[in-house]
Amino acid sequence: VHTHARPTRAGVRAGVLVGVLLGAAGLAGCSSSSGGSQAGAITVTGTDTACTPQTSQVAAGTVAFRLENQGSRVNELYVLRPDGSIVGERENVGPGTSGELRVDMPAGSYTLQCKPGMTGDGIRTAITATGAATAASDPRLGPAVTAYRGYVLTEAKRSLAGAQQLRDAVAAGNLAEAKALYASSRVGWERIEPVAESFGDLDPRIDLREADLESGQTWTGWHVIEKGLFRSGTTKGLKPVADRLVTDLQDLVRRVPTAEISATSMANGAAELLDEVAKTKITGEEEAFSHTDLVDIQANVDGARQVVTLLRPVLTAKSPDLATQLESSLADLQKILDGHRTSAGFPSYTSITQDQRRTLSEAVDAASDPLSRLTAAVAS
Amino acid sequence: VSGPATGTSRRAALGLLGSAVAAGAAGVTWAVRTGDAEAAATPGTAVPFHGDHQAGIATAVQDRLHMAAFDLRVAGGSSGRAAVVRMLRQWTGAAARMTQGLETVDGGAAPTILDAPPEDTGEALALPPSRLTLTLGLGPGFFAKTGLDDSRPSALVDLPRFKGDDIDPARSGGDLVVQACADDPQVAVHAIRNLARMATGTAAVRWSQLGFGRTSSTTPTEQTPRNLFGFKDGTNNIAGDDEATLNQHVWVGAGDDPGWMTGGSYLVARRIAMRIESWDRVSLREQEDVTGRHKISGAPVGATAEHDPVQVSALPPTAHVAIAHPDANGGVRILRRGYSYVDGSDGFGHLDAGLFFIAFCRDPRTQYVPLQTRLARSDAMTEYLTHTASGLYAVPPGVRPGQYWAQSLLEA
Repeated sequence: VHTHARPTRAGVRAGVLVGVLLGAAGLAGCSSSSGGSQAGAITVTGTDTACTPQTSQVAAGTVAFRLENQGSRVNELYVLRPDGSIVGERENVGPGTSGELRVDMPAGSYTLQCKPGMTGDGIRTAITATGAATAASDPRLGPAVTAYRGYVLTEAKRSLAGAQQLRDAVAAGNLAEAKALYASSRVGWERIEPVAESFGDLDPRIDLREADLESGQTWTGWHVIEKGLFRSGTTKGLKPVADRLVTDLQDLVRRVPTAEISATSMANGAAELLDEVAKTKITGEEEAFSHTDLVDIQANVDGARQVVTLLRPVLTAKSPDLATQLESSLADLQKILDGHRTSAGFPSYTSITQDQRRTLSEAVDAASDPLSRLTAAVAS
Repeated sequence: VSGPATGTSRRAALGLLGSAVAAGAAGVTWAVRTGDAEAAATPGTAVPFHGDHQAGIATAVQDRLHMAAFDLRVAGGSSGRAAVVRMLRQWTGAAARMTQGLETVDGGAAPTILDAPPEDTGEALALPPSRLTLTLGLGPGFFAKTGLDDSRPSALVDLPRFKGDDIDPARSGGDLVVQACADDPQVAVHAIRNLARMATGTAAVRWSQLGFGRTSSTTPTEQTPRNLFGFKDGTNNIAGDDEATLNQHVWVGAGDDPGWMTGGSYLVARRIAMRIESWDRVSLREQEDVTGRHKISGAPVGATAEHDPVQVSALPPTAHVAIAHPDANGGVRILRRGYSYVDGSDGFGHLDAGLFFIAFCRDPRTQYVPLQTRLARSDAMTEYLTHTASGLYAVPPGVRPGQYWAQSLLEA
């Protein structure tokens, strides 16, 4: 599970630099954006009780917001679509400082949300993006996005089918079969997780880890089933959870055709997939009960590689060095994963020694580093 | 000390950024250290990166240390070597800039492209150069993994196991080591962090150590610092401006083998856990007899002033100074440059504290190894010490403008 949309990264910047940066960005033009460009950032003045953008209408395309926190509490800025899904977010803007958020906003209605104190519903203001965003800078990006949407749909359906089998095994009280089906049911999901996360509400329902549970929150999704099967050793009581998982995955499949997918979000998502690996999977935290982390890691790598493959024609033209580096580092990583695979699939992560985990971690880092430059390279 | 470099400082870079971005990279002229060793430097200023010898050895000891060792991830042979050369070129460029108070690359922390992560991580922005020095060493594995075993100096031995050693391999060795010393720990950490980041894919951090409160001085005119036993340490250390002694005991000479090491040195790193709780229960007389010096004045036991000559025969025979003194070791001297550390607690109700011992010498086979063999066997202080990590590294000679670290080895 990953709770933060990637765009925050681009927005993280020392407040003191923002003014200077904007001047510089003005000089360079927003040539790195894939859509239309604004002359500068839209200032959003945030206090403890108000959230006031300098304008309520922006030109569609890549839009930069600068949250100036004039309040007394740490603030956050979100841009939301009408369905409440998150376009982008900027967290942790301290009192007296400012933080920048850069998002792709096709023409339409949006909500700006400030969250003084970083909790609760925050303060919402409507904002509209108008005009047609200029076409993507490279004509090859359009087909890549279309192909990726197809991939996402296929993988979402893969997980849905897997979850249905898992549900049936749970309903039949067949513990051994349910345990055998658990990891493989997640493969499709893990390949496309960043897209699923963009829907905001689905990810916590489907993939929340016990460690990320807030008090009072109802725990649902795969990891509830994982704990039941692998820790408690029973299918008892899991059927309603499995039913709900199937429903939520049906929801995901239904929403994929309308998912906001761009070359930028694809590239950011690929980097996010490997960040996920580095953050919770190398440590074995993700699959705390089943220890099927290697299956997840392989699926994450598959998902990242799919993006790189689809963007390769553009990348090769724009940054051949980066293309080579990505290819070889992903191949290295795959080689290490293949080394762990047996005829029975991947072994339990508990059998992977500390030295082997370190080797794997270094290979993940080696691929993550060039992946972090993919967005700028394809969007430039 | 030579004059400050004329590059834009991080502090100035902030104010100038707008114009600097417009004007492109500001021209950077490098100050070069001459063969002369350095006297005490003013805190906060820049130490020249380029010179005959690497900075951070004869340089007046800064207050803080961050040292990190790296394992190369490359396949052996020439393709691996090419990747290492690429990394060392990048490291050298960034190191030369960071030591002058600049970002790793021009505009690195504040790029105009917002879709990519900044090249410089930014936490040293607006901080003065803080006398940052970055010193590179090569471990035995470096030569194997770059197909250069034939060029491995015979002096770069695998250190023997000394009596009482309890060495943790995970905290020892490494194919490369970088010693970052600065008056501000944030500047030292920023440097190591950014070098580690640049190395991604080619080398990965093996171990890392923070140190504080320099325990040795290379500037005898200044007050001698104290170690965690509370004693002055390094009273008779080699002075950074004593060129004759440096040439005799620290720098690899032109006639020494191999030629590419001329002007270099060997770095010994030893993490020495100090049982400070036990030490603190020992009487002052015992502490002084174990050390061989008076605690307050630093004078040899029986003498009155710190710099009074040490007469080995007048000291308790197993006192630390009696065993370590050049007179007891055929005149052998080493340049010490260690730092104290406290790495949390030991899980038994004690601080995990000690000395991160760093020394430089011309040939460890005739200097550090026999010296430590004697200390481990006879030094009364050993009762309070355990060596828990170890490393020996060949320190290539200094870098000239336009060159990169270890170029004399890699392009021999």
